[in-house]
Amino acid sequence: MEESEKYGLDEKGSSRRKFLRNSGVAAGGVVVGSVLGGLIGFGGEKQHQAPKTEHEHAAPAANPNAALMFFTPDQYQTTIAATERIFPADENGPGAADLNVAIYIDHQLASPWGINAKDYMLGAFYKAEATQQEQVRILRKDLFLLGLKGLDDYSGNKFDSKFTSLEGEQQDEILTEFENGEYKLSGVSSSIFFDLLRILTIEGAYADPMYGGNKDMEGWAMRKFPGSRMNYNNEVVSKEFIELEPESLQSHMGH
Amino acid sequence: MSTKLPKVPAVIVGMGWAGGIIASELTKAGIKVVGIERGKERTTNDYLMGHDELRFQHRTELMQDLSKETITHRNDPNMRALPMRSYGTFIVGDGVGGAGSHWNGQTYRFLPYDFEIKSLTEEKYGTNKLGSEYTLQDWGITYDEIEPYYDTFEKMAGISGETVEMYGHRSNPYPTGPMVKTPTFELFEEATKKLGYHPYMLPSANLSENYTNPDGISRSACQYCAFCENFGCEYGAKADPVVTVIPVAKETGNLDLRTHSNVTRILNDGTKATGVVYVNTITGEEFEQPADVVIVTSYVFNNVRLLLNSNLGTPYNPETGEGSIGKNYCYQVSAGATTLFYEDKAFNNYAGAGALGIEIPDFAGDNFDHSDVNFIHGSGIRMTQYGNRPIAINQVPSGTPSWGAEFKKQSIKYANSTLQVKSQGASMPHKDNYLDLDPEYKDAYGMPLLRMTYDYTEQDKELVKYMSKVTRKIAEKIGADHYETTEEQATFNVNVDTNTHNTGGVIMGADSKTSAVNSYLQMWEAENVFVIGASAFPHNSSFNPTGTIGALSYRASEGIIKYLKDGGGSLV
Repeated sequence: MEESEKYGLDEKGSSRRKFLRNSGVAAGGVVVGSVLGGLIGFGGEKQHQAPKTEHEHAAPAANPNAALMFFTPDQYQTTIAATERIFPADENGPGAADLNVAIYIDHQLASPWGINAKDYMLGAFYKAEATQQEQVRILRKDLFLLGLKGLDDYSGNKFDSKFTSLEGEQQDEILTEFENGEYKLSGVSSSIFFDLLRILTIEGAYADPMYGGNKDMEGWAMRKFPGSRMNYNNEVVSKEFIELEPESLQSHMGH
Repeated sequence: MSTKLPKVPAVIVGMGWAGGIIASELTKAGIKVVGIERGKERTTNDYLMGHDELRFQHRTELMQDLSKETITHRNDPNMRALPMRSYGTFIVGDGVGGAGSHWNGQTYRFLPYDFEIKSLTEEKYGTNKLGSEYTLQDWGITYDEIEPYYDTFEKMAGISGETVEMYGHRSNPYPTGPMVKTPTFELFEEATKKLGYHPYMLPSANLSENYTNPDGISRSACQYCAFCENFGCEYGAKADPVVTVIPVAKETGNLDLRTHSNVTRILNDGTKATGVVYVNTITGEEFEQPADVVIVTSYVFNNVRLLLNSNLGTPYNPETGEGSIGKNYCYQVSAGATTLFYEDKAFNNYAGAGALGIEIPDFAGDNFDHSDVNFIHGSGIRMTQYGNRPIAINQVPSGTPSWGAEFKKQSIKYANSTLQVKSQGASMPHKDNYLDLDPEYKDAYGMPLLRMTYDYTEQDKELVKYMSKVTRKIAEKIGADHYETTEEQATFNVNVDTNTHNTGGVIMGADSKTSAVNSYLQMWEAENVFVIGASAFPHNSSFNPTGTIGALSYRASEGIIKYLKDGGGSLV
């Protein structure tokens, strides 16, 4: 027992214990997750209810996050239009436009990820074989703008219009050609841009709302994903599907 | 100019599972140890904002910064190797805890067959079963010899599981009982039993119950929160060096842990090491740390690279088969799988844990007869429940476009309505699959990158074809509205997600001509250098590697303590 106290993470390292201390819950003896989870609001019956089904578009509450730090207003509009075709509004719920996916993308491209900060960018960029990774020297932030410009240029050539002014089917036609690498951007295949656009759209729909997209966690709610809860002891053994209201990382603050 | 520091008995390069275990064992024995780690310091508090799929899984927060160092890859010796510029197929851990922080926690033992694979295969199937281009080797240690070390590792980590009759004998049961059996696992269990197989709950380092280990470390049970793989565990339920061996080593007062320190060279005269040179990754300052023993415990890739960049040991030559550093690089084959789609059933697959799974042992190792097939060894056939995260998992029936209205509709429809029966297969060494130094590309410190020459072999492809059929058979027995089976192993592609079970390059064995280290992981060509990790595996089994890395680390610790006490000499 002395050994246990000597190295016991209960005292030294357990963040769970700190949760409890900070929550003012007296914790004596053995830690049992489900019980405490209920006590400190990470689970429990009251949350086993269906999420709202109506997606109200109330007047935007002040959301200082929904502003541009990278795009120009025109680039932002083109991004909204393109991402909405990739992830459109339908009977399931909002599409990329209403989920603020373009805000998410704006913020990502302004981040260190936008300048490939953790990628290997040294040495020569040779043409890759099919089984090797594409060797792209262009930074993501530049590639994305190159792609947006490409969408507008190609729309102009083909339909004599800006991308944002096209009909949905026309936009799909352009995006499909980009996906297939049929339009040449300077220095890179349009398919590389399209892949970036597609993955950023999925991320913007489903990443934690603190990143700017997945507005009001409606991306998660559509697919009945509960976000980032602290335990699923009941759900993991339940034969019935349990729909939980999503919670974001903000619910972990202060613990 | 490097600053020369006072000499210490032991210096450890890399503070993941291997480095952490060895630090813990040596410091408990009263030996002063310097532990060098290129990444940052970590405690469980750091994991509190951990349920972030974007940051940890897709922006690889816990992984090595590729802008500083990566690998290059080519499929065969006639290609030009190109750098892996961002993560695709495997991820490389970084920081205190290493891969032991971001792992899933699946903690198997390898089979008795694995350790004597060459002898046992030849005994049963003759000498030509695979052909001479497959450089199969025995490990220089038997299952019976390594068993006590597995037992020690499992007790330290508190592995949760159940005894499997078709695997090697156990001196003790698992220290904690198996994880919960989910409703979908009951479907798998029933189906596989009907087919005459022997399902068992996968051995897990995500604790099934509260547990206090022999070092006195107490950890609480898994909450099935579904953030294991790529994430740290804020509960400390997932065994991680950060919540097990590192605090024990620190408590002794004998561990001098230096983070943000990247070892670039092992100083040596060709037969003995004198210490290491490392760079502070923040300030750029260079230090020389002399030591009696140099213990190399970084990831597979860097273990090999550090030896090659330090001119330690004899590099493998694929033309002649001579030399050992870089030899027998292996991976795993996981392509064979069947996805089950349901029209009107939903499962709580957002819940889960990294080592929550059920598996059959019937197609592992030599548990089935290979006389009529063109491969040896086999696969674990399993169903797992890690927790389906929404950016990563968007299962749609084949033929569905990858974007647009139909993609959205189908991916949401099936978000909670698919299951998968999958396989993870063993990987046999081939003379043309190896690691060496890249002739062109360098890391941020000007040292050559490691070059991987690797592709899947005929053995791999035959194995996958066979195992994919087994996954289909089980899936159909379970029953679904629609099935999709991947039947073939495609060409190796550094972009395509498989797993991080890279092995080999500093392999162990009984013969100094064909291996790099002995059964205590002591280098044949430099007796005071020990190289520990999956780099020591002469081939890769179908199981996740960490259990075996843990066992080898305890064995190496024993050897290093003896070596220091005896004042040198070969341990075998």
